Amino acid sequence: MVLRVLCGESSSSLLQARVSIFQGKETFVDAHFTKDHPTAAEQQAVDSVLGVPHSGWKGGPRRPDRDGHSAVNGHRLGADRHLLLPVLHAIQARMGWITPAALNYACQRLNVPPAEAFGVASFYGLFSVTPRPPCVLHVCDDIACMTRGVEDLCRSVESQLGPAGSPSLNGKATWLRSPCLGLCERAPAALMSRAGEKPAEKVVAPASPQSLLSKLESFANATIEEPPDRFEASASAPQASQNGHSRLVLLRRVGRMDPASLDDYRAYGGYEALRRALNFGGSWVVREVLNSRLVGRGGAAFPTGKKWDPANQPRYLVCNADESEPGTFKDRVVMEADPYSLIEAITIAGTALGCERGYIYLRGEYPLAGERLSHAIRVARERGYLGTNILGRGVDFDIEMRRGAGAYICGEETALFNSIEGLRGEPRSKPPFPTQVGLFGKPTVVNNVETLVNVLLIVQEGGESYAAMGTLGSTGPKLFCLSGHVARPGVYEVPFGTTLRELIEMGGGVAGSGQLKAVLLGGAAGSFVSPAELDTPLTFEGTRAVGASLGSGVVMLFDDSVDLRKILFRIAAFFRDESCGQCVPCRLGTVRQEELLQRLNHRKPMGSVEAELGLLKEVGQVMRDASICGLGQTASSAIESALRRWQLF
Amino acid sequence: MDHEKGNVTHRLQAVNPLVPVPRGPVPVIPPASPRRKVRVTVDGREISVPEGTTLLDATRAAGIDTPTLCYLESLTPVNVCRICVVEVEGSRTLVPACSRKAEDGMVVKTDSERVRLSRRLILEFLASSVDVSTSPQVRAYMDRYEVHPERFGPSQAPSDGRDQARAGVHITSDGSQAAAVAQPVKADNELYLRDYGKCILCYKCVEACGPDAQNTFAIAVAGRGFDARISTEYAVPLPDSACVYCGNCIGVCPTGALMFVSEHDLRKAGTWDESRQTSTETICPYCGVGCTLTLHIQDEKIVKVDSPIENGVTHGNLCVKGRFGWQFVQVREKTQSGGDAS
Amino acid sequence: MEDTDLIILWGSNARETHPIFFHHLLKGVRKGAKLFVVDPRRTSSARWADVWLGLDVGSDIALANAVGREIIAAGLENRRFIERATTGFDEYRKAVQPYSLEYAEKITGVPAEVIRQLAHSYARADRAQLCWTLGITEHHNAVDNVFALINLALLTGHVGRYGSGLNPLRGQNNVQGGGDMGAIPDRLPGFQHVENDELRAKFEQAWDVKIPPKRGWHLSGMFNAMEEGKLRGLYVIGENPVNSEADQGRCERNLKGLEFLLVQDILLSATAQLAHVVLPAAAGWCESEGTVTSSERRVQRVRKAMDPPEGAWDDMAILCNLANRLGHNWGCPSAEEVWNEVRRLSPMNAGMSYSRLESLGGIQWPCYDETHPGELFLHGRLWEDPVVGPPAKFSAVEFEPPVDRLDDNFPLRLTTGRRLESFNTGVQTSRYRSPLRHPEMLDLSPEDGERYGLAEGERVIVSSRRGSAVAPVRFDESLRPGLAFLSVHFPDEVATNVLTIDATDPISGTAEFKATAIRVEKIASPAKV
Repeated sequence: MVLRVLCGESSSSLLQARVSIFQGKETFVDAHFTKDHPTAAEQQAVDSVLGVPHSGWKGGPRRPDRDGHSAVNGHRLGADRHLLLPVLHAIQARMGWITPAALNYACQRLNVPPAEAFGVASFYGLFSVTPRPPCVLHVCDDIACMTRGVEDLCRSVESQLGPAGSPSLNGKATWLRSPCLGLCERAPAALMSRAGEKPAEKVVAPASPQSLLSKLESFANATIEEPPDRFEASASAPQASQNGHSRLVLLRRVGRMDPASLDDYRAYGGYEALRRALNFGGSWVVREVLNSRLVGRGGAAFPTGKKWDPANQPRYLVCNADESEPGTFKDRVVMEADPYSLIEAITIAGTALGCERGYIYLRGEYPLAGERLSHAIRVARERGYLGTNILGRGVDFDIEMRRGAGAYICGEETALFNSIEGLRGEPRSKPPFPTQVGLFGKPTVVNNVETLVNVLLIVQEGGESYAAMGTLGSTGPKLFCLSGHVARPGVYEVPFGTTLRELIEMGGGVAGSGQLKAVLLGGAAGSFVSPAELDTPLTFEGTRAVGASLGSGVVMLFDDSVDLRKILFRIAAFFRDESCGQCVPCRLGTVRQEELLQRLNHRKPMGSVEAELGLLKEVGQVMRDASICGLGQTASSAIESALRRWQLF
Repeated sequence: MDHEKGNVTHRLQAVNPLVPVPRGPVPVIPPASPRRKVRVTVDGREISVPEGTTLLDATRAAGIDTPTLCYLESLTPVNVCRICVVEVEGSRTLVPACSRKAEDGMVVKTDSERVRLSRRLILEFLASSVDVSTSPQVRAYMDRYEVHPERFGPSQAPSDGRDQARAGVHITSDGSQAAAVAQPVKADNELYLRDYGKCILCYKCVEACGPDAQNTFAIAVAGRGFDARISTEYAVPLPDSACVYCGNCIGVCPTGALMFVSEHDLRKAGTWDESRQTSTETICPYCGVGCTLTLHIQDEKIVKVDSPIENGVTHGNLCVKGRFGWQFVQVREKTQSGGDAS
Repeated sequence: MEDTDLIILWGSNARETHPIFFHHLLKGVRKGAKLFVVDPRRTSSARWADVWLGLDVGSDIALANAVGREIIAAGLENRRFIERATTGFDEYRKAVQPYSLEYAEKITGVPAEVIRQLAHSYARADRAQLCWTLGITEHHNAVDNVFALINLALLTGHVGRYGSGLNPLRGQNNVQGGGDMGAIPDRLPGFQHVENDELRAKFEQAWDVKIPPKRGWHLSGMFNAMEEGKLRGLYVIGENPVNSEADQGRCERNLKGLEFLLVQDILLSATAQLAHVVLPAAAGWCESEGTVTSSERRVQRVRKAMDPPEGAWDDMAILCNLANRLGHNWGCPSAEEVWNEVRRLSPMNAGMSYSRLESLGGIQWPCYDETHPGELFLHGRLWEDPVVGPPAKFSAVEFEPPVDRLDDNFPLRLTTGRRLESFNTGVQTSRYRSPLRHPEMLDLSPEDGERYGLAEGERVIVSSRRGSAVAPVRFDESLRPGLAFLSVHFPDEVATNVLTIDATDPISGTAEFKATAIRVEKIASPAKV
């Protein structure tokens, strides 16, 4: 299944015919590879993405009689480098880990030095560079799941399977703790993956201590293919299954239509916006988006119209679907329930801006969204909505999907570029900004899933009337991810300006003890607000006024039974785990931040508690001031916001 | 250089066809494209620099010694150490001087409280997690910024598990010890050692091994976060890797994490003494390229070889023969009668 | 090299033999220059190439002439340059006429289309560099090989301009300097011809001696003379001909037949062991002062960093002392004093004072006086209007296969070369412990290994028409069937030059190290290494 998602999209359209002639074992320039020769399975895994080798220099049989006298494209290393991540996925899915022989063969095929490929493979949490049982249970132990008894779940799993990472079920399976899986509305959540000839993934949410193990066992032994998850509007987008769904715009198709059916999508108004956009032309679309005052929904709140400057001649349109901020799952819901809307929106944006190609970078932990999107891309291409001569208008545009592999940092736009390019997901220094130097070094527009889906609305209703929705500084509708101690968690669509209190009421009020202790806005990189701040309007400007931020739309509730300190420890551990390690302030600042909190936790402060809190502040400031990217710059934000509001130590 | 001069004076010296005659006006090095000047204010002083100049060069032009660790003239800036950060008016965060280009009207502060705090903490982070004992550069900066790494507690004991670390996984400690990269020295060949307990992860060795000089790509950064490390594929020993022992990584290492075995042995024996060393520039004998070698001699023995970074031929880089192939002059006394043939 | 559009490496594995030059080349490649590598083996240099042309050993002239013919046939030759700055084009055009792409494919093995690609890319490039090493010069027709390449540069005008030129890469730090200083049979320092009375007179006056008015022998000539009994005494300074000369057996016989052999060396080389007298010398690059000249004509200072071992003197001191004892008064001049004498007598070095060499970090000759910066472009004169000096001459040359023919008895083509971590006969490099070094092995293609039923590491008898040696085999995928490779670095392990042929070029005197016909035989009871 993983393979299908990968190959369906990439191999045929991407592989340039390489003309290397001399057959035999190619070594990377003058470097050598390990002596490991790939097994048939390893070779198939790599070939499933790259096709069979055209040349013996790329691992095929030597045919020196014919070709011993010339070879071409020796050093053009990197020409296919962007296929490294899909190839690593294929190896992981087939072999259960990134084996040396498979990596070696992949490096030969792609002309990538093994040390660099290893550097890439070892960067991602979903890949293992050491042997591992084929079946892996990832149990989310992040903050949303912490409100739903994940510690009991982990204890139960540990008692049955042994410590995290150790082989169990006769060596068939193992379990690991995972950062937020983006299934917060159904917490506690788990994700199972199985490597082999028929690799598979399966979501278990909510997971119960009683049934999780039996589910794992049957998954480990399963031979039939089943979908990785089932989308149910009632569980994930309660509004959509209630009366009054007709007022919804972004979620209007969610739960109503068959997400696989293009005709169904068209029956609900699909692809009307694309026709309109092509009729009125790219510059009209760009102007309407500018007039709409649409602001990016990914977390950084940058005006979309400013990015959409045709003067930059963007080459690529990248859809950032690497939704990894703890507590965020809105994009997943859109992609699972209404995949064509994203494909249509990307097509509109890409053709309006004159881009050559669109990329969707999807979070690796979203198997159902991956299946649905690749299906939608394939069908749209078959039906003439993608590819050459779209809708007969002489416009060419196509979309490729890439899956991340367990790295929060790859949601940072420049890290995302590096990840697509087959490099380590390390953010780049800005400036230059993506609009000037982006993917493959070319001008690139990057937008979040929700942002793009709003473009459909803008195209259909016009920028002015779109801007009439919401507030002056925050126009349009907004999706919020309600989770934690709330009665009906899920994705909620409201116009900007709705207050926090109103949103919580829509979600059925505070669950758990019923007494609200704190709300986390914007996720781990966001900030906590107290019950006294519930009348804050949920707008960019409104949250800013209370020293918080909307971020990616996370609204996570904690009742008064929650030990907020534990939530802070988890957030600190999260940033330590997810720092890419490139710059000193973040690589070591996140470590020192966690150590400081743990010293306070264990009541072992060095010197006074005040001195420790002062040092913590210094660490926070240096991360904010001197880190390369937003991860380090916000790694202390939630922690500091909590310490400002409550005396926790 | 002034090539025109040569033309005029020597135009007609062609006597013997085999004695090269002076060349004509046609081939010249194309002049660099003229660059506009931009004005920036550095610590209150307005200076004018060509467009495209980095803030680092601008501050240096203003006579300010901006500290750097991961920056080297011969390598592409990676701006990861962040020690060079400066404050630019209007910028939310501090900016790395080594890679940020000067823009007209920029107002730069290189020694503000914010800048000093960042530099101090960056050094404290490093010194509390890395053995900086063989890095005079880091130690000098530590003095300048009044650094107290002990604020973060005693450093952790060496661990040999760093090569096995898994991305996104760590064991949360009680915080009483500062996590550190201390680990056993990697001694897998007879030419140089890798002591990654001294590694500040400045990426220089990776760049020198890779696209900026050698293009061998034997090493790369592996792992993630605090577990990010310089590694060969699967951490195999160097003799099993692509390494060609050019030692260009040693040449750029700012902390002594990469070290000649000869230097390491002397340090271990306690006889390494830079005050007793001379360094002499000569030309490598091993091919016709003409690489300048700097021979570091202690007690009439070569203890280390490198090349000046500003040298136009080498840019500080050498090959295995130039950097390590000098032992024959030292074994001579012992093998004077041994000879080359059987 | 960094600012060019196309680079051809012809018979050069610079990645291993000139690693730092290759850094500059790769900078050019990374900026977008196309790289063509012409080499029988797909070497580590060839692996970087956009196009590798794996020609058969010794077929270089056929390939070059076909490239020239194709450039002319496609009308891509640089007419203006040819008319203004060259002579002999018509003869050249006629001479290359038979070398069609198809004919060249038959001789070289390289597909016609690939040859065509090289021709068109080279001719169309705005800037192009053509570099070669011993793959061109270690042949019995070495000089013709070089002419064939020069013709291509003249045809396209890729010479004497920024980013364009001809670059023979020198194998040692002072190969060029040796020639500069007159260590060739027909030249005095500064390439001044010994048979030119006026020039010779200048030296005779300065040195107060009579200089023989005729050119001497080059190395191969000397060996012939030894064989004929015309040469009976030999003074060898810093050479190890026993291991480095082709046909080692013959070389040793000749040296042993000398009445007197004097060897001056830093180590007791195989040659020194045959000597009647050995003078221990200081290492030139770190135990004495002086200058060397690099491949790009840059005169650079070498400096004394340490004292030589007791009893070893620097070469100059030995020479002067010897001269003094023979009754001349050479005194004991410093290196700088000797250099200043060079500057007085050799116009191209005149401007290179020690202080200038010091401050400029080396100067490229010619440098006529102390205001002259040295020359970046040796042949820039060809672009002057009118051209200064004589025009450059096309030299029509014909393909001639290697002397050592392949036949049923000797079916494999052995070629020789260097490996990255070692140097020449290993006198110097065998003393450091390189992790890259492995016991010297005969590299064969895996197909040949299979054909002869060999296992990797198995020791075999390698024989040529001149001798045999025993070597373990290694399978190297950069070789095609029929091609074998050995280095000369480990004469003690594998005496490669027992096999090689001393068919030499009549002008340069270089032997055809690159093309030996061999056969490989299993040893009855194979001993594994």
